[in-house]
Amino acid sequence: MTEHAITMRAVNKYYGAYHALVDIDLTVDRGERIVICGPSGSGKSTLIRTINQLETIQSGQIVVDGIALSGAENVAKVRRDVGMVFQSFNLFPHMTVLENCMLAPMKTRKVPRAEAEATARQYLERVRIPEQADKYPAQLSGGQQQRVAIARALCMKPRIMLFDEPTSALDPEMVKEVLDTMIDLARDGMTMLCVTHEMDFARAVADRVIFMDRGAIVEENAPEPFFTNPCNERLQAFLGQIA
Amino acid sequence: MYRFNFQPVFDNLDMLAHGAWLTVQLSSLAMAIGLVVSVLGAVAKTSGIKPLRWIVDAYVEVIRNTPFLIQIFFIFFGLPALGISMSHNTAALVALVVNVGAYGTEIIRAGIESIPQGQIEAGRALALSPVQIFRHVVLKPALRNIYPSLTSQFIYLMLTSSVVSVISATDLAAAGADLNARTFASFEIYLVLTVLYFLLALGFSTLFATLRRVFFDYPAGR
Amino acid sequence: MIREFSSADVLFILMAIRWTLILSLIAFAGGAVGGMALALARTSQARALRWISIAFIQVFQGTPLLMQLFLVYFGLAVLGLPIDPLLAAAVALTLHASAFLGEIWRGAIQAVPQGQSEAATALALSYGDRMRHVVLPQAMRTATAPTVGFLVQLIKGTSLASIIGFTELTRAGQIVNNATFQPFLVFGTVAVFYFILCWPLSLLARRMEARMRLAVTR
Repeated sequence: MTEHAITMRAVNKYYGAYHALVDIDLTVDRGERIVICGPSGSGKSTLIRTINQLETIQSGQIVVDGIALSGAENVAKVRRDVGMVFQSFNLFPHMTVLENCMLAPMKTRKVPRAEAEATARQYLERVRIPEQADKYPAQLSGGQQQRVAIARALCMKPRIMLFDEPTSALDPEMVKEVLDTMIDLARDGMTMLCVTHEMDFARAVADRVIFMDRGAIVEENAPEPFFTNPCNERLQAFLGQIA
Repeated sequence: MYRFNFQPVFDNLDMLAHGAWLTVQLSSLAMAIGLVVSVLGAVAKTSGIKPLRWIVDAYVEVIRNTPFLIQIFFIFFGLPALGISMSHNTAALVALVVNVGAYGTEIIRAGIESIPQGQIEAGRALALSPVQIFRHVVLKPALRNIYPSLTSQFIYLMLTSSVVSVISATDLAAAGADLNARTFASFEIYLVLTVLYFLLALGFSTLFATLRRVFFDYPAGR
Repeated sequence: MIREFSSADVLFILMAIRWTLILSLIAFAGGAVGGMALALARTSQARALRWISIAFIQVFQGTPLLMQLFLVYFGLAVLGLPIDPLLAAAVALTLHASAFLGEIWRGAIQAVPQGQSEAATALALSYGDRMRHVVLPQAMRTATAPTVGFLVQLIKGTSLASIIGFTELTRAGQIVNNATFQPFLVFGTVAVFYFILCWPLSLLARRMEARMRLAVTR
């Protein structure tokens, strides 16, 4: 058992000539809740997508839960321990809500069907849509779909949850139901990294807020000083824009 | 004035019915094996392994740009020169599978490429292996997306299978040819054969519509 | 008497290509006329015309080309005409091409937004002018690629004319094979010739389709 949930050291990523992540150093403690914000194209999504290696990096080191992200075996291990929620939900359209939640535990953790189903129902209860278990994703609202996506990730019993702009694709009236679910999760001590522009959420649950610009971490601080006393000019401009 | 005489046809309907059954068997088998070949071909094409892709590309292009008749001649008459001999019916099946596999490969490749990248990423984030992602996440929606083209290709295959009688394989067209050689009621025989093929096409089309409801009936995603 | 597969044989097969091309051209020209008629009938206001068009296309797309060839071939006798393989093949392939081109062009016509036709009607254009100047020019853009693609199918389809005894590329191959008994070489050669005829058209169709898709997404 190492003490950090995630350690990133001198991480660099390029898309061709474009420098997408610039010398990222980041340590996340167990149970820590981090919100990452920044203008579009600042690398914030790319950053959290390197943690479960949806994006590969060209240099540097990432250690997740004591496992170095190298080699297919380690990557699979990390992915079993790290849940991810996407902006566009990415539920599987040909499976019911329940089947969406049962697939990965059964296939990657070899959980027996009955147990997988029990777990799935338990988490659907937790995100407050147990009655939708037998519906197909296309029959649900965006907010409901995103809560299913959260339940699906939780069914893998992850130690870390990554959220990649989970409310950006939602109609305004559905944002709250998803944020409430995330706040619940935060209260239970889940290690969370959220890319989001929901600053009220950041104030309410974040231990630390990170501002990224042009691929680099420009400022990081506890929410209170981050919002009330931003040092970086571009952060000031950014906060001015979204306020 | 031509005098129609359907008597020989009606006297031998059992023979034609048996021929039709052989055509159903032959084409169903060719569709089933052809589907497997098509999926494998499409996987090879989308795998990113270059030599594999070149081989599949060459296969698809050669088959799609030469007539089925030449393909079946080549397989039945030509391949024995390489020491590969098959019975009439096996050669017919192989020729049909090779043929439909080429078209199916292209169709299913298009289906695989129609799956949004986010679906595959969700699978990866859930720690599914590439094979598991293909089998559980990609395959079914991909097949659903191209189901109409794939099934019309299958029906076209069934119609094309009438050509296998040229290498003396046994099917509906061969049964008709036998009858023609015995009775010479040529026009009447081929009229009835044409109607029978049309009914078979209708039958397959109904079957495919049913299969669609059984296997692919989920509400459309975004 | 079995003899060697010689350059004379290759030349014989090569010469037969012109019959494959002639048959393809006849069927394509006839099919263009028939297909246009079917496409217009299929998209017309008159219900009877629509039904006739649908039935024609269903029948010719739902039955084997080989059966269509036999039916026309033996049908000539029914009509009291001399049985001629070229005539039979030309007629059958024309009907076949009409059905497929009719279906392709119907789709292209229906892909032109309804508003175009309505605008032309509002401008008091006649049906003929509406089709000729407004709808068909736009439909042609979507129709070109699949039409070229169908030409490949048609060229391959002419090979079946060999079965009713018309000497085109495939039958020339069979004749040479019967004399030389070198099926691997003979049918391999014939396949190469078909490939040389069809592949450029396939590539052209694919390039047109790609260009069109690009134009659509822009």
